[in-house]
Amino acid sequence: MSARQRDENPAGIHLPLDPLPGHTSRGRLERVLRRGEFAVTTELNPPDSADPEDVYNRAKIFDGWVDAINAVDASGANCHMSSVGICALLTRMGYAPIMQIACRDKNRIAIQGDVLGGAAMGVANMLCLTGDGVQAGDQPGAKPVFDLDSMSLLETIRIMRDNGKFLSGRKLTTPPQVFLGAAVNPFAPPFDFRPIHLGKKIAAGAQFVQTQYCFDVPMFKTFMQKARDLGHTEKVFVLCGVGPLASAKTAKWIRSNVPGIHIPDAIIKRLEGAQDQKREGKQLCIDIINEVKEIPGVAGVHVMAYRQEEYVAEIVDESGVLKGRQPWKREMRRDDQMVADRLDHLLHDEITETQVDMVKIAH
Amino acid sequence: MSEKQPTVTQATLVKKAAPKSDYKPADVSPQRRVQRTFAVRLWSIRHSRLLEWFYSRFADVFLLLHPLWKGIGYGRVEAPVKFVEKRVKGFMFDCRMCGQCILSSTGMSCPMNCPKQLRNGPCGGVRANGNCEVEPDMPCVWVKAWEGSRNMQHGDRILTVQKPVDQSLRETSAWLRVTAQAAAAREAAQNPQNPGASA
Repeated sequence: MSARQRDENPAGIHLPLDPLPGHTSRGRLERVLRRGEFAVTTELNPPDSADPEDVYNRAKIFDGWVDAINAVDASGANCHMSSVGICALLTRMGYAPIMQIACRDKNRIAIQGDVLGGAAMGVANMLCLTGDGVQAGDQPGAKPVFDLDSMSLLETIRIMRDNGKFLSGRKLTTPPQVFLGAAVNPFAPPFDFRPIHLGKKIAAGAQFVQTQYCFDVPMFKTFMQKARDLGHTEKVFVLCGVGPLASAKTAKWIRSNVPGIHIPDAIIKRLEGAQDQKREGKQLCIDIINEVKEIPGVAGVHVMAYRQEEYVAEIVDESGVLKGRQPWKREMRRDDQMVADRLDHLLHDEITETQVDMVKIAH
Repeated sequence: MSEKQPTVTQATLVKKAAPKSDYKPADVSPQRRVQRTFAVRLWSIRHSRLLEWFYSRFADVFLLLHPLWKGIGYGRVEAPVKFVEKRVKGFMFDCRMCGQCILSSTGMSCPMNCPKQLRNGPCGGVRANGNCEVEPDMPCVWVKAWEGSRNMQHGDRILTVQKPVDQSLRETSAWLRVTAQAAAAREAAQNPQNPGASA
């Protein structure tokens, strides 16, 4: 049996960790960040299927490379497996999911219920989002809810956690212990309001933030400078969003079709000039990581490699941000390992093993 | 789909004018939307300081009239005041009658005009030209709110975290509600010995 990994409950990988002083959650991500280690998070591409294996296979490729996995909540307003469902599956297997909650599809009644349900399943991290408008997705005829906004959602969960109360004031018997996250986009106007807006999110309860895709490092530097001047970086862990671009054509498409993503011309030129654009896109991502990790106040990166998830491990490895640290990796339990080792033998070798024979062999 | 020419109705024209993917809120007819301009709304934001000054005087007058409202009964004046408020604020700010006005905290830009009805700041989808992600022809309500708040004396009220909208207050007069609350607060301050008033 292998030595137990750091940040793992000895009684079972799916169980929450021991509470630590100064920590609001019992999850792995908060521990990594509070220890001052450079955190890596990523996003799981949610399957359009009811097969749990699809989720497990998509999570497996991140094994040992990331500290937490975002379970997206119908990102881009496209229908997929729900974030609650993905979290239920991931927590069973010991992964540390970040449950995204978008305000687009659920009102405050449903959201508070999901927060309790998620926390009960062992979700330790929740990311509060406004959500894309329904017009962006595959079902533009849907009714947009937007009952809460990201800020009031943060505050709602913070009140549930710290005061043990619903928004209505009704008491909770066991409050959810969660690490609260929010999203920020330093790359969209109004630029001078964005750092102040981050402060507002911190006041509402954000403990970590993930940014939109960063392709313009100078712009991000300016944002971080202002955030530092306002003293925000001491109160919040900033994870910079990065990701590989598949080609110059994709980059152009994203720039004109996905609101809120800013891609400078220089990036597109660099991709166009490359022989192998996909490779160059990956290299570009690594270069950006290497630049942003040096910015004071950046506590980690959030690697979003939509439909290129297999590159996440390479990107993290080649950028060297982990500095030799290995994040938690799902390992087979000893009994499972024994079955797996013997499975081939049991199924294919022409033998009938009885318990009597087994005892004889053992002696 | 087929070669047959469909009958051209008003709806077809409207549909052609606005791309199908654009979000159309239920309470504004698509036809109105096609003809819509934002001139008055933007004027109000440019003159946010003037409006702030005006509103504080106006609120004082409303509070002075508290005995009158109380005499007639807040329930009874609700309908006529709401009638006026809806039209005045509707013209000036494209008010949506949420009943819990925060124009003074949002640079005189009504946040309920945001397709996501965000009351705490812009979303991440603001276009590079400062227009809305959902409605590409509309300037982002929050970009304008930030600009408007910079002109105002109490512009930093934009930093307070707003509570979620209470949907049960929709279509009620915010003016009367604020006045009633201010009057109650004033009374509580005058009689601090009254245990019921303060809490």
